Amino acid sequence: MGKLFSNKQKSILLGPLSKNNPVVVQMLGICSALAVTAKLEPAIVMALSVTVVVAFANVIISLIRNTIPSRIRIIVQLVVVAALVTIVSEFLKAYAYDVSKQLSVFVGLIITNCILMGRLEAFALANNPWDSFLDGVGNGLGYGIILIIVGFFRELLGSGTLLGFQVIPEKFYEWGYVNNGLMILPPMALIVVAIIIWVHRSYNADLQEK
Amino acid sequence: MKALRNYIEKIKPNFEKGGKFEKFHSVFDGFETFLFVPSSTSRSGVHIHDCVDSKRVMITVVVALLPALLFGMYNVGYQHFLAIGQQAGFWTMFFYGFLAVLPKIIVSYAVGLGIEFIIAQIKGHEIQEGFLVSGILIPMIVPIDTPLWMIAVATAFAVIFAKEVFGGTGYNIFNVALITRAFLFFAYPAAMSGDKVFVRTTPVCSLGSGSVVDTFSGASPLGQVATATSSPVDIVNIVGQPLTQWDYFLGLIPGSIGETSKLAILIGAAILIATQVASWKTMLSVFVGGAFMASIFNLIGSTPAMTVSVLDQLLLGGFAFGAVFMATDPVTSARTEKGKYIYGFLVGFFAIAVRVLNPGYPEGMMLAILFMNAFAPLIDYFVVESNVKKRLARISKNNA
Repeated sequence: MGKLFSNKQKSILLGPLSKNNPVVVQMLGICSALAVTAKLEPAIVMALSVTVVVAFANVIISLIRNTIPSRIRIIVQLVVVAALVTIVSEFLKAYAYDVSKQLSVFVGLIITNCILMGRLEAFALANNPWDSFLDGVGNGLGYGIILIIVGFFRELLGSGTLLGFQVIPEKFYEWGYVNNGLMILPPMALIVVAIIIWVHRSYNADLQEK
Repeated sequence: MKALRNYIEKIKPNFEKGGKFEKFHSVFDGFETFLFVPSSTSRSGVHIHDCVDSKRVMITVVVALLPALLFGMYNVGYQHFLAIGQQAGFWTMFFYGFLAVLPKIIVSYAVGLGIEFIIAQIKGHEIQEGFLVSGILIPMIVPIDTPLWMIAVATAFAVIFAKEVFGGTGYNIFNVALITRAFLFFAYPAAMSGDKVFVRTTPVCSLGSGSVVDTFSGASPLGQVATATSSPVDIVNIVGQPLTQWDYFLGLIPGSIGETSKLAILIGAAILIATQVASWKTMLSVFVGGAFMASIFNLIGSTPAMTVSVLDQLLLGGFAFGAVFMATDPVTSARTEKGKYIYGFLVGFFAIAVRVLNPGYPEGMMLAILFMNAFAPLIDYFVVESNVKKRLARISKNNA
């Protein structure tokens, strides 16, 4: 037990970042990936929020997994998630009010994010708290990394800024460059996600569907 | 012809397997089959072929588009010289328009065909001919002042995401040229609508320099309808003189390059129908649908846009162009004969509805056709199903 992570734990933590990514492989959480990624900043905040919620929900459910009657486990899971989401939401309102305004209902809607219920059902109910925590962090980051990539391209091409700072030089606009308004609209988020999936699959031939 | 054929036969071995330019086989093949109908036939089953393969069909459509394109060029020059208040001869106007439009055609073809060639090379396919028509449609459905790089970006987007990802020519769900326009419309709204883009006021290659006259306003007729506050809407040309239906028909009005002249579109329609390339059923029912919706709005008549007469609605904007060249696209429209009536009717119906009800989208044709593209397979499905049902009913009646 000298090492912090065993090999299995390493794959639990790092798997969701690529080969087992919740968004581009399991196709979960697409809805919020469309909604909060018009700018990079809300995408990052959303990524962190989901990571925190899914990690701690996993730990809590894992701790009480042997005492939950399986018939009411969904309700128990929902209560835990709802409590955590409320905490995160209040935290954001207190310390990052502008961003929480931008995220609007989507913080609250983390409760309905399929990634959460999926991890609780598929992992936390059957594994110890430490593994569950790693799984939660891994999946949260796997979700977050996609959100941040999408947010990066949408803000860069749609508004010419990153995190609110002007990135595309004024000169370009003088030469006739115009920001791509479609990038701000939700359809383009879907297409950017599709491009990520395309690139990802072409690097991971074993994931390609026949 | 004979010499060309001989030349192709001579260089052909270079592109066969083991030849010098083996890598460019698909490019060569594309050009060869473009110039001459290939002699290869299908190897399995019984098929009836004539010499009209899809490359020949595409060329027919391009020929049918030429009157509208040539008139569009003339009209670009006409509007320009009208805007700067100078007299100019027919050929000067035409040459001005030709110079203004040509770069758009080149960009559209270069980008679109470039992507098609690259993808064909990577995948080892033959070059497909679908872009022949899209490439000429794209410059015809954009305003004259759309920057070339925007056309390039939009064309690349449409070819990759509306066509190649679905499997290339013949597999696309949406009309590629219209996706290009939709991309431009939503991504760069300032360059695609409003009253600044439909008339070019700057000189091209130092031809036609001058400043615009004081009374100039570049609003297209539909733009004027959308912003009108009183009815009946008085539609004027770019220097404030009233326009008549005769002007709409001939096409000396501001608008996207190819869409203005209904006369030229009519010639194109005649070519398409005579050669049976496009379905007259679709065209007719688009106009019926549009007329139906326009007359309903006439009856309601609560906003200025609703009071525009039925004939005006059908003559203005891209309605006729869309009906003849876009709605009839054999890939994206309904295939069943009955389905064509339903599909066309709803295209016309929605085009006028979007136009009238949403002043933000003065032109509804693009959205209506794309919308119905999505429904075309469903329409076909129900037409086929109802036929199956009818025949089953006949069997059980005969057996009873």
